[in-house]
Formats: sequence, C-alpha cells, structure tokens
Amino acid sequence: MTPSQEIWVFAEQENGELKSVALELLGRARELADELGVEVGALLLGSDVLDLSRTLTNYGADKVYLADHPELKQYRTLPYAKVIDRTVQAHHPQIVLFGATMIGRDLAPRIASQLVTGLTADCTDLQIGNYLDPFTGVDHQNLLYQIRPAFGGNVIATIVAPNHRPQMATVREGVMKTPETTTGRVAKIVKAPAEFTDAELAVEIIEHYRKPKSVDLRAARIIVSGGAGVGGKEGFDLIRELAHVIGGEVGASRAAVDAGYIGKDHQVGQTGTTVRPVLYIACGISGAVQHRVGMQESAKIIAINLDSDAPIFSVAHYSIVGDLYKVVPLMIQAYKNK
Amino acid sequence: MQCIVLIKQVPDTKNITAKAMRDDGTVNRAALPAIFNPDDLCALELALRVRDQYGGSVRVISMGPLRALEILRDALSRGADEAVLLSDKRFAAADTLATSYSLSEAVKKIGNYDLIFCGRQAIDGDTAQVGPQVAEKLNIPQATYAQEIWKENGKVFVRREVEGGYEVLALKTPALITVTGGYVLPRPRSARRTIRFRNVTAKPEIEARWKKENPDMPAEELDKKVEAEASRCKQAGLLIDVWSVDDIGADIKRTGLVGSPTRVWRVENVTLHTGESKKIEPTEDGIHALVEELIHDHVLG
Ligand SMILES: Cc1cc2nc3c(=O)[nH]c(=O)nc-3n(C[C@H](O)[C@H](O)[C@H](O)COP(=O)(O)OP(=O)(O)OC[C@H]3O[C@@H](n4cnc5c(N)ncnc54)[C@H](O)[C@@H]3O)c2cc1C
Repeated sequence: MTPSQEIWVFAEQENGELKSVALELLGRARELADELGVEVGALLLGSDVLDLSRTLTNYGADKVYLADHPELKQYRTLPYAKVIDRTVQAHHPQIVLFGATMIGRDLAPRIASQLVTGLTADCTDLQIGNYLDPFTGVDHQNLLYQIRPAFGGNVIATIVAPNHRPQMATVREGVMKTPETTTGRVAKIVKAPAEFTDAELAVEIIEHYRKPKSVDLRAARIIVSGGAGVGGKEGFDLIRELAHVIGGEVGASRAAVDAGYIGKDHQVGQTGTTVRPVLYIACGISGAVQHRVGMQESAKIIAINLDSDAPIFSVAHYSIVGDLYKVVPLMIQAYKNK
Repeated sequence: MQCIVLIKQVPDTKNITAKAMRDDGTVNRAALPAIFNPDDLCALELALRVRDQYGGSVRVISMGPLRALEILRDALSRGADEAVLLSDKRFAAADTLATSYSLSEAVKKIGNYDLIFCGRQAIDGDTAQVGPQVAEKLNIPQATYAQEIWKENGKVFVRREVEGGYEVLALKTPALITVTGGYVLPRPRSARRTIRFRNVTAKPEIEARWKKENPDMPAEELDKKVEAEASRCKQAGLLIDVWSVDDIGADIKRTGLVGSPTRVWRVENVTLHTGESKKIEPTEDGIHALVEELIHDHVLG
C-alpha cells in the first residue's frame, strides 16, 4: 500500500470531552497539510464518542479514524497503543501528533517504540522544511521540523527524523492557537480496529480521582500574576483584587507557588501552565526563562518590577519600574474611575 | 521482588549555559557539574522500599561514560545491592529510541526481574520517553508518573499522577514503573555503606591506573595484573561490571547515533522579544493613561 501521506492528530478526549490541545493541534496540522497538499486525519479512541467526530471535522479534520469500544472508555496505555499502532500500520500517515499531556506523554513513546520511529517530546512549534543530511549528503524535502526548548529552556532545538516514518511529536498545550471552526465540512469516518488480547487488558484501574480545578488559566482572557516580589500570602489579596476588578484570573511564578503564597494550579511557565491571554500582568516576577516560555506569547504584557534590569521587561509591551504595592492599587483605582 | 532501577547521570541544567553546547547541539557534559538525575533518585528510593518490605534485591543500571560510576557508587551507598554500567562509544549520542533499546538489552541480559523502575524524566532532556520505550521493548505493562507502590494478593498496586488528580492501577509483574519526584524523600547515603563502597571500582578504572603507574610494563603482564586486581575486587563485592555493546549482544545498527531516528539539526539560544516596550511611569497619571489606552485598544473591557 502506498503511504497516504496524511497528517494525523491524536484527538485526546476524556469522558466525551475533547482536550483543547487536540483542537490546537488540528489547527496546526491543517496549516501544515495545506502546505504539503495532503489530508488531515484525527485519531479518535473511546466509547460512545462518535459525536465528537463532528467537532473534529469542524476544526479541520478530513478523516476521522474512529475506534469505539467499551474497553477504550478510560485511557489505558496498552489498548490505546495497540489501536494506534495498527491504524498507523494500515494507513501510513507521514506525521502523527499528540498533545504533551500526561496521557500523550505516556502513550506516544510506547507507540514510537512499537513503530521503531523517532519521537520529539514537548514541542512548542512545528514547521515544514528541508534538511540536508550531513552524513549521507541526501537532501530531504518537506520534513517536519520539531522545535522544542532544551536544557532547562536555555536553548531552542530543531529536531528532524529524515529516514523514519511516521514523524512523531508531542506538543505542549496552549502554545498553538485554537483554530476558527468552519461548518459545512464533511469528513470521512474510517473504522479503526479495536481487538484486544487478555494481556493487553490486564492492567486494571482500581480508583480514579480528580479534584475539581480551582482555576482554568488556559481559558482566561486576562491573567494577573504575582511572583516572589509579592512577598506573602496576604499580598496575593491585592493581586486577586486587581484580577477581579478587570475580569481576569490569578497566575503566579514558581517562586510564589513554592513559597506557599498560592496553589500550584496557578503556576505559569515551563512546569506550570502555558498561557496566551489577551493581557498578562506580571507583578513582582523577575522573568526567568522558565517563566517566560509559559507567557511570552500573550498578546499584551505589562510588567511591574522594582528592578529596571529584570528580564521580564525584555518581553513586556508596557514596562513599569516601580513598587507593585503602589502601582497595583493605582491600576485598580484608574480602572474603577474609568 | 527482584527490582532493576535505570538511572542516569545528568548535567545540572540549572547551571547550564550556551557555552556548554557544541555546534551539533549535543551537550559538552564534561564542562558541567554532573548529578544523579533527581527523579531517578526517587525511583531508587521506591525500589529500595519495595525490597525492604517484600524482600528481593535492587540492581541499578546506568548508561554513560565512566564518570557515571559516581552515581552507581552513590546508589550502592544508599542501599542498592548491585550495579552495572553500560559504557561503550557505540552507545553514545543515542536518542530515546536507541537508549531504550540498549537498556532493554541489558535488562534482558540480567533476565530475572519483577519490577523495573525509572525516573519519570531526566532533567537534561525532559522527554519522559525512555521508560515507556523500555517497557514496550520488553513487552511488559507500564505505569508512568508513579507516586507510591504496594503489593497485595500477588498484585502490584501503583498510585500514579493523572492530570489534576491520581489513579490507582493494579498490575501483574513483570512491569515497568516510572517515578515522579517529589512524593518520596530519597534516603541519605548510609555512612557505613559510603565507607564500604568508596573504593568500589570498575575494570577500565583499574586498567587506567595500572597504565599510568607503570607506563613501561609489557601489555601482557599489565593485563594479568589488571585481571588479578579486578577479580580480587569482585570477590570483595567491590567491582562494578562494565558492559559493552558486545557484552549485551546488542545490534550496533540499533545503538547510539546510528540507531537514533532523530537528529538535532539546529540549536539556537533563546532570544528575547525585541518588540518595542513602552515605558510607563509608576504615577497616577502614568497608570491612568495606560488603563485608558488598554480600554481604547479593547484589551480591557
Ligand atoms: C526546571 C525548572 C523549571 C521551572 N519552571 C518554572 C515555571 O514553570 N514557572 C516559573 O515561574 N518558574 C519556573 N522555574 C523557576 C524560575 O527559574 C525562577 O526561579 C522563578 O520563575 C522566579 O520567580 P519570581 O520571578 O517570582 O522570583 P524572583 O526571581 O525572586 O523575582 C522576584 C522579583 O520581584 C521583584 N520585586 C520584589 N519586590 C517588589 C515590589 N515590591 N514591587 C515590584 N517588584 C518587586 C524583584 O525585583 C524580582 O525581580 C523553573 C526552574 C527550573 C530549574
């Protein structure tokens, strides 16, 4: 069978709800596929999830590879890996993308190993480009550039896999834009095989607990973040007040989280949430690279810091050198008096 | 429970600078302080707890240059029973696929195991891929992001992190567990074991020392001396085995750079946005004007 050359996205869902990163990936896959003149496939696994194929179509899928089976209701590594492995081997996509979620990072490496192909973790960008192999002199056309921060975020590396297919990558949540939906698109539904051996079903889920999320930073239009400079738990009351007044959520640096000023759900950055709100206000945050990679795509950034040399100012659109305890109340006041 | 822990020595990425990068994107590890990968220390701790509670043994395997003997000594000082180092130029510059192949071949050579432990991820790559890939190559189930592990009625239970919560899995052995740091506190090195294993060595180290101290000794005689010392150390339990590609019977087409599908093509320093930044005075007027502008631009409602 000749390779289909399609670009596939793992349409991660839980309890019938698609992860936002799956939609973000569809958006980028659509752009890359249009550049290459190929189709976009969505890999949808679950139980009673046919309805979601409509959403996937509206977000850019030309085909939905659907495995609907009771054993796929809750994510387990082995059954999911089996379905995807078999489906890839039957249709030969050139690229398969996963969200770098806890599920994506559990699943994708197992599949890459099964398929004996490369996998790049935690990409922040994907592009199409050529690669001249310095060892063989072969000029590879239209490879997937898998772009990711490396070594604690200090450098950005571009990775390619010239001789192996499919090219696989996991992509961080929140770094790519959710595409606009289009209605009236029609996608083909392709049935993916779902048959399992006892060994593949042997791992049992005994308990599954989720605490309700206290904050959804990814969906926030405005984020007001506090750092170590806030100086204490009580100081975050001021950050909360500004966020409340202007209709935003509260974010934080890791230093503020580690100091116990606020919960881990609020952390922005490499080991927290990646955000791209319309407005990000950084109060008393120095702007370490691990923080910046999580917020520098914000449309507008205001930085408030006592230290005019703080690296946060290098990504700020509005720089305020000053004491946050003076500036934040002024902002609240100015907004209330507008 | 026979446990194997896969551990890695990593450059301390907190102190990494672009100067430590070579042009081809690999790290010049020699230029950096090297540490025991933090998640791997927690993996070792969980394995030691399993052994202490249910009996069995803990073996540690690392892959890397001879310098990685440091973390194997460290693991022995904390309570591991045995250590092996995979060291061979042909293992080097491997991506996760080739790494997991080499490690899984070493595990197969050891053979007798119930649980394999890995750290969730190594701080020099943050990929979290090697654990699941070793599990796939050994054709055993995996439980990633583990926080806690216990045994009941012949089954192993793993509490693992999931987004915003946790789940508990029941698995049959053999299985592979990757461990998230931060849930268990690694035990310190015991003073008694530290003294005992301070002199633990490996054949290449013995050989290098003999060569240095006796530059004129004929090769044959030198080999004999090295062999004799190595076997004395082994009998005293003070020798770490060093395995080459040949020792584990690995296919050289699948190890090292040759066995790695991915290539680092380009590496750039992180550049800061150079977009214009507007300076706002921290005064009532300055802030007022800013808020007006943001409302005008529909950033604020
Ligand atoms: C592997 C790794 C992952 C990491 N992941 C993350 C992550 O996801 N997110 C993250 O944020 N960090 C992360 N970090 C930590 C990061 O390196 C920094 O340590 C952290 O971001 C610093 O937080 P901060 O800016 O609040 O604190 P500091 O760096 O201590 O900065 C405090 C700032 O407040 C200013 N200040 C003090 N008082 C006032 C005042 N009254 N008014 C105005 N300004 C004031 C100071 O001038 C200073 O610039 C990570 C680190 C590592 C090694």
